[in-house]
Amino acid sequence: MDQLLQHVVNALVLGGTYALLGIGLTLIFGIMNVVNFTHGALYTFGAYAMYLAAVALGLNFFVALPVALVAGLALGALLEFVLLRPLRRSDIDTTMLVMIGAGIILQSGTLWIFGGVAKAVPTPFPAEPLVIGPVSVSYVRLFVLAAALALIALTYVTINGTKLGRAMRATFQDHDTAALMGVNVSLIYTATFAIGSALASAAGALLGPVYVVFPQMGDLAAVKAFAIVILGGLGSISGATIGGFILAFAEELGAGYISSGYRDAMGFLIIIAVLLVKPTGLFARAERIG
Amino acid sequence: MSAILSVEHVGMRFGGLTAIADLHFDVKPGEILSLIGPNGAGKTTAFNIMTGFLKPTTGRVLFEGRDLAKTKPNEIARLGLARTFQRTSVFANDTVLDNVLIGLQRFGEPSLLERLLPTPRALALEKETRARAEAIIDMVGLSARAHEKAGSLSYGEQRLVGFALALAIEPRMLLLDEPVSGMNASETQSFVGLVRKVRDAGVTILLVEHDMPMVMEVSDRIVCLNYGRLIAEGTPAEIRNDAAVIEAYLGKSAAKLDLKEAANA
Amino acid sequence: MTRLIAPLFLVVFALVPLWLNDPYLMNALIITGIFTICAMSLNLLLGYTGQLSLGHVAFFGIGAYVSALTALGFDVSLPFGLRITHEGGSPLLGFVLAILITGVTGYLIGRLSFRVRGAYFVIVTISFAEVVRLVALNWVELTQGPLALTSIPNMTLPLPGLGDLTLRTKMQNYYLVLGVAVLSYLVVARLVASRFGRAMRGLKENESLALSLGVNATRTLTIAATVSAAMAGAAGSLYAHYIRIIDPDVFLFSYTVTMVIMVVAGGKGSLAGPLVGGLIFGLLPVALRPVMAPEAQWIVYGGILIAILFVMPNGIVPALANLTARRRPASLTKTPETPAEAGAQS
Repeated sequence: MDQLLQHVVNALVLGGTYALLGIGLTLIFGIMNVVNFTHGALYTFGAYAMYLAAVALGLNFFVALPVALVAGLALGALLEFVLLRPLRRSDIDTTMLVMIGAGIILQSGTLWIFGGVAKAVPTPFPAEPLVIGPVSVSYVRLFVLAAALALIALTYVTINGTKLGRAMRATFQDHDTAALMGVNVSLIYTATFAIGSALASAAGALLGPVYVVFPQMGDLAAVKAFAIVILGGLGSISGATIGGFILAFAEELGAGYISSGYRDAMGFLIIIAVLLVKPTGLFARAERIG
Repeated sequence: MSAILSVEHVGMRFGGLTAIADLHFDVKPGEILSLIGPNGAGKTTAFNIMTGFLKPTTGRVLFEGRDLAKTKPNEIARLGLARTFQRTSVFANDTVLDNVLIGLQRFGEPSLLERLLPTPRALALEKETRARAEAIIDMVGLSARAHEKAGSLSYGEQRLVGFALALAIEPRMLLLDEPVSGMNASETQSFVGLVRKVRDAGVTILLVEHDMPMVMEVSDRIVCLNYGRLIAEGTPAEIRNDAAVIEAYLGKSAAKLDLKEAANA
Repeated sequence: MTRLIAPLFLVVFALVPLWLNDPYLMNALIITGIFTICAMSLNLLLGYTGQLSLGHVAFFGIGAYVSALTALGFDVSLPFGLRITHEGGSPLLGFVLAILITGVTGYLIGRLSFRVRGAYFVIVTISFAEVVRLVALNWVELTQGPLALTSIPNMTLPLPGLGDLTLRTKMQNYYLVLGVAVLSYLVVARLVASRFGRAMRGLKENESLALSLGVNATRTLTIAATVSAAMAGAAGSLYAHYIRIIDPDVFLFSYTVTMVIMVVAGGKGSLAGPLVGGLIFGLLPVALRPVMAPEAQWIVYGGILIAILFVMPNGIVPALANLTARRRPASLTKTPETPAEAGAQS
């Protein structure tokens, strides 16, 4: 029972960052119909941006974090502007392949610049964990959870409460109609990709200090983000949020009670289960066709 | 005579939006029936339901007495119910001949081994399929264009390719979605002849079309939809004089209709 | 024009070992051939059905492990006191089993993910590859985990009247790979030209229209995935018996990316495309190795992938075919932009 409680706490902490990853990916897919294969690379980028800001530039941890987020935002906007905007009329396969190319360049570039040796990012939090009864959790992880939840809340507010969000939702429904209604669809695409990238980058910046920072860290993160998005239904933001926590619980409990070697296989098992039971994801909305 | 296709109290809702409220009509074997109504009346939605691309929220569709509720579009095609599409009616990057060959892909069903080895039987089948494709192209009058890419043809010719594709599966019933849009008057006229010829060969036709003179000329019977509901049913002469139809198209609710369309768009 | 590429390749490459003695280059050509087979199999899916298998390396790797384990033998205990012991056998049997098992795997993955259209197949395949890698890494009893399977025997072919021939030299392995590549090419070519190929093309171009013509989408796509996976499995088997040592790194994502680049650059949906792409990206590392670090090479490959998609989205071979076609006096018909224009034209 105590052990279970510990797993639940761990899963909650992990779920926050997973949700961030999933939301970023599903937002880009839902609005732009782009399968973003730079998502993992942007996660890695965020972690390295955090490392550079906190270690190389010596910035305060809490200053470095927004710096990494803004860096992700900028890189995302740049990627959209340079690579995706000219391909607006291309099919989903072409943009996906271009994103794969961009992902390779980003990852290999990171490896080239920083080398393969993992980097650590120091945190200002006390090393000894917070112990409440049978459960212990480190302060940095608690902070990560709080920051992730804050960012998720910020995303919800942006999408549901702002003018930008209204335009994004209109584009999500039907970009042609949105354009007719006076929405600057190009701008919305850039904003969407930038926000999605910033969320991935933030997830990397938050988890980098918890674990270590290395060039391939994004590979697994990307696969997990895909699992989360399938679980929640492609394009569903609330689905991705819940999906992030479900995956975290599955991993944590699977690793605790089945086998730790197969921890990262849980996402795949979830994908299979979803495809067998409800192929369009747990929270998909009905699509209108024809 | 019993109906070949029965639409039984079909309703279709997308979220809060009702596309079809309650649609109920029969198509008799061998007739040309037209489905008309203002834009947004639910005609294309009805087509998508009849051919399995959408599953109705309420009601059911019977083809030759068989409930189509659990039948997939490709299975419905194999039952002998074909359709054309309003917008993307052809495989644009393939030649007209290849288009029809794709339409003929289900003929013969060779074994996997025959797919891999050029056995005499496979070669004979291939030859027969090509001859069949050429005959269909000839019938719709596109022989001269057989080796051009379908996407490079004029809009009206593309409709003919779409029609040829539907014919390729040898349907017993054919659903045509605005087949003459993009055709000029003489093309439309020869298309009317073609539709009659196909009907005379025993194929029942259900037509959705905005070209009213064409509809009046070719139809045996007409059903009129508005706001997802059937408002009139009868011969062309009866429909022409039906008060509800005239109002739907021209009457006082026209302005309101525009607003609704704008809201639905 | 592009029809001649494949026969030309065959003639040229059949003659190569007669004058090339450099073992390093022979090795590069053999590996290139193996990956070209993978590229051909990927092209069947990506090029002809439009479905991208981003876990293609899973089939390659499973083929390698199945074949290696069939030849080496294994002894594993399973839950419930079950125990499977296999003595080790002929590499040829391994080759056949690799094809069968990867085919079945491809079938299952296809059945699962083609229930829905969209990006699902991509995502299912990519995470499947990740899971298979984890299994290879963690099921140490069977796979030796990171310690790798070593001393895998070379491929052995039973020759009628001559007994078994074990392919030890580079030249023998070269011709083996060439032979399997020719077979793979013919399988793809026949499939694509058949009714089945028409169904695939119809689905790729306009799925709704294809469905309305009675094309069974799930079945067609699943068959394509099965054949494609089996072909990648065959390539994996060749790889295992040639390299003779495999570890979980055969499941690296970068191998899949290599195959994707070969197909996209050469020309997806064209028979000769993967041959041209395979040759270029199989031998490019040989040329770049002296001047660049591997990371820098990958940056170049990523850049080429993007550049190709921007400049000639259909790839090199179709671009060449267009070029030669344009020289002929073509009967160009202008595509009407609007129905009104079409009406005015006729």
